[in-house]
Amino acid sequence: MNTPKLNINALSLTVIFALSVLNVQAESILIRDARVHTMSKAGTLGHTDVYIEKGRIERIGEDLEITTVGVRVYDAKGRSLTPGLFAGITNIGITEVSGVEETSDGRLALQEMRPEFDVVPAYNPNSSLVPVTRIEGYSFTLLGAGAQGSIFGGQGQMVSLDGGYESFFGDPVLFINVGRDTSSLSGGSRAAQWMLLHQAMDEADRPPLPSESSLLTRAGRGALSVYANSGRVVFDVDRASDILETLKFAAKYGFDPVISGGAQAWMVAGQLAAARVPVLLDPLVNLPRNFDSIGARLDNAAILQASGVTVAINGAGSHNARKQRQMAGNAVSYGLSHNAGIAAITSNPARIFGVSDKQGRIQRRMPANVVLWSGDPLEVTSVAELVIINGRVMPMESRQTRLRDRYLPENPDMPRAYIKP
Amino acid sequence: MHLKSLLALLPLLLASSLGTVLAEPYPSTYSPLPSEAVLITHATILTGTGERFDDASLLISEGKIGFVGDGEIPEGVTTIDASGRWVTPGLIDVHSHLGVFASPGVKAHSDGNEMTDPTTPNVWAEHSVWPQDPGFSRALAGGITSMQVLPGSGNLIGGRGVTLKNVYSRSYQGMKFPGAPHGMKMACGENPKRVYGERKRLPSTRMGNMAAYRAQWISAQRYTDDWAAYEKKVADGKDDVKAPKRDLKLETLAGVLKGDIKVHMHCYRADEMLTILDMAAEFGYQVSAFHHGVEAYKIADKLAENQVCGALWADWWGFKMEAYDGIQENIAIVDRPEGSCAIVHSDSSEGIQRLNQEAAKAMTRGNRVGLDISPERAIRWITANAAKSLGIADQTGTLEAGKMADVVIWNDNPFSVYAKAEQVFVDGAMVYDRNNPELQPVSDFELGQLQGTSE
Repeated sequence: MNTPKLNINALSLTVIFALSVLNVQAESILIRDARVHTMSKAGTLGHTDVYIEKGRIERIGEDLEITTVGVRVYDAKGRSLTPGLFAGITNIGITEVSGVEETSDGRLALQEMRPEFDVVPAYNPNSSLVPVTRIEGYSFTLLGAGAQGSIFGGQGQMVSLDGGYESFFGDPVLFINVGRDTSSLSGGSRAAQWMLLHQAMDEADRPPLPSESSLLTRAGRGALSVYANSGRVVFDVDRASDILETLKFAAKYGFDPVISGGAQAWMVAGQLAAARVPVLLDPLVNLPRNFDSIGARLDNAAILQASGVTVAINGAGSHNARKQRQMAGNAVSYGLSHNAGIAAITSNPARIFGVSDKQGRIQRRMPANVVLWSGDPLEVTSVAELVIINGRVMPMESRQTRLRDRYLPENPDMPRAYIKP
Repeated sequence: MHLKSLLALLPLLLASSLGTVLAEPYPSTYSPLPSEAVLITHATILTGTGERFDDASLLISEGKIGFVGDGEIPEGVTTIDASGRWVTPGLIDVHSHLGVFASPGVKAHSDGNEMTDPTTPNVWAEHSVWPQDPGFSRALAGGITSMQVLPGSGNLIGGRGVTLKNVYSRSYQGMKFPGAPHGMKMACGENPKRVYGERKRLPSTRMGNMAAYRAQWISAQRYTDDWAAYEKKVADGKDDVKAPKRDLKLETLAGVLKGDIKVHMHCYRADEMLTILDMAAEFGYQVSAFHHGVEAYKIADKLAENQVCGALWADWWGFKMEAYDGIQENIAIVDRPEGSCAIVHSDSSEGIQRLNQEAAKAMTRGNRVGLDISPERAIRWITANAAKSLGIADQTGTLEAGKMADVVIWNDNPFSVYAKAEQVFVDGAMVYDRNNPELQPVSDFELGQLQGTSE
């Protein structure tokens, strides 16, 4: 049974079993009386039931009549049900302890241009970060490659946080870093980053002769060629002028660009909207943490959204990815609508990365990725109470809840090593 | 008094410089900004003493808290109707690097970690503080009225910390909290042993850390004794006594042994914190607060017993091995025992802007496991308890008559992601008003930026 372990009164979550059922993969689940944030055209539906069968959302409506035997029923008592949240671009499952090198596989330290570097084979669903993140309501993340220090970070892919070994979905994504973090590869000049990027694209198009020096391996050329045909490329870039240069570059080579960072994106909101280029941003960035971020402001998300740019939240990191919804809440506090705040961590990232059929909405026939909240999903005093990923009720346990439950009792007789929650 | 007699007094002044503020060099030049009497009415007030008043008044007069609740209202007072709004003490962050790791975070601004020697009690963070850090203004908009700026954690003993009033000034002296004791930053665990171990010098292990701290304390004890012996000779009227040579490192450490300087110790692991408490007993000093302490929940009882505060994050974990056991209930569990002193700190130019949200998360996690923490209790984590650990609780940190009028008016319950500080008072002066751009300070660095484009 996956009843939440904590304080059932506080949860006020009643779990009713029509019949005693085993925790099998494809459960039938009925969530009664929820405020359903569908994040689709249907909008937000009060006092609505959601019925899940065989991993999919089968029915959404008021007072559903379900006659299936063995349905797990949850009474939401009017509380919010959202799609599973997007944890951002992270190294969840790629890193365990950031400071312990042998557990951190998200960055390639080779001082070479290796766009073919792909972090996906390093993904470990047994990482403690997977449950730590998902019990806070997060159902998917984009595995990121090589944060800084190289122009081509490498490639990653979306993964469901259901703990599967093969839970990847969507098309691969290439990461390119531009701006202040000029790698040693570019000789220290921002202009040379573009020089090298153009040279790399040229090589992908027309392999260099044996007599010519080359930036890329054959595999690297192959990888770039794939992306040059409307592939999704995340450009980590903050400065307005660099963003505009990125738009030109992406247009020239046929990339489908996504801006990540975008501290000065608000200054070029019109151009981004016209080019239909989305922005992943950290809405808490309001300091000139470097010269590329002068003018960073808390209403960046609101300005972009109002200009017609699709905005998603990113930047809480891997271990504390659960901060994403607090960040969304702050964006709402600074002008984003509440619904847009939720969209920025559900439907928008799903749409930006072409996985709207898998994540980000509560819609009939879609995989069931839903979260029931104790209160306002964006509020710091709310918590996730029920997390369903791909139709399975996730146990609300992690290494952290075990540590908590080991140390909560006061003055135990035996050492706490004997308390094994 | 002419020069000769002044010179005769000098050794005494120096001797007392181990302790009193009399001869304090680099003195505070802070003086409160102009203020007027203000009566805040119909507010929900969290006093920081554990009390909550609903639909209540608070008087600010002559820079001090006049009363909370009822009292005599001076003539000509300006009234602020705070219906639907909340009032708290000004927030205090006990762990900031504003000014010493200023924005923009370029190498030229990296002034917080003197990593050329594992023990540098001789350096003072205040000598690195850049008062034009834009971060001060952002912290102010988050309701921060005081903060301790600390050196970093690369060294075992990082140097002295300084407590500042969050007001812009041409100098750090103009921000320096009058009469606040210095802090001394120490660090356990991975950082110092990594920094120096990589250079193949002590410490490269945790046992090396301990050996190095202890050697310093032994020297400090000797230094204290030498000065005591000298002062006794002077007091006994002996002629021709030579003062011991001043040593900036040992002066700081001796200040700790004397109880004048507060130890703020970066320490993650429970077992290490307990070892440090044994060391404090060995040398006879008090640890004011363990900072970061992601495992503090494992020793909540010991922290309370030893009257040591835990200055903690709501949810940071996993960025290094010693941070692997972090849990979101840490602060709430540390808060649980009788006599506890839980503090929410930031260590971050972003976090310092939202200490209220961090406290809200910690409160929520505590309540989810049945610890029953009210806002009036949790507000102490970012006000009264913080003031206590810094040694400024007599002046600020609570809304009590006679204390500095460091006050925040929030548009809503501060334990919400949507709450914003609307007005911030420091010593009774309104130094921030969200609705009045004229009362929103801008640092020199940010003035006049981004004027190039014509679009």
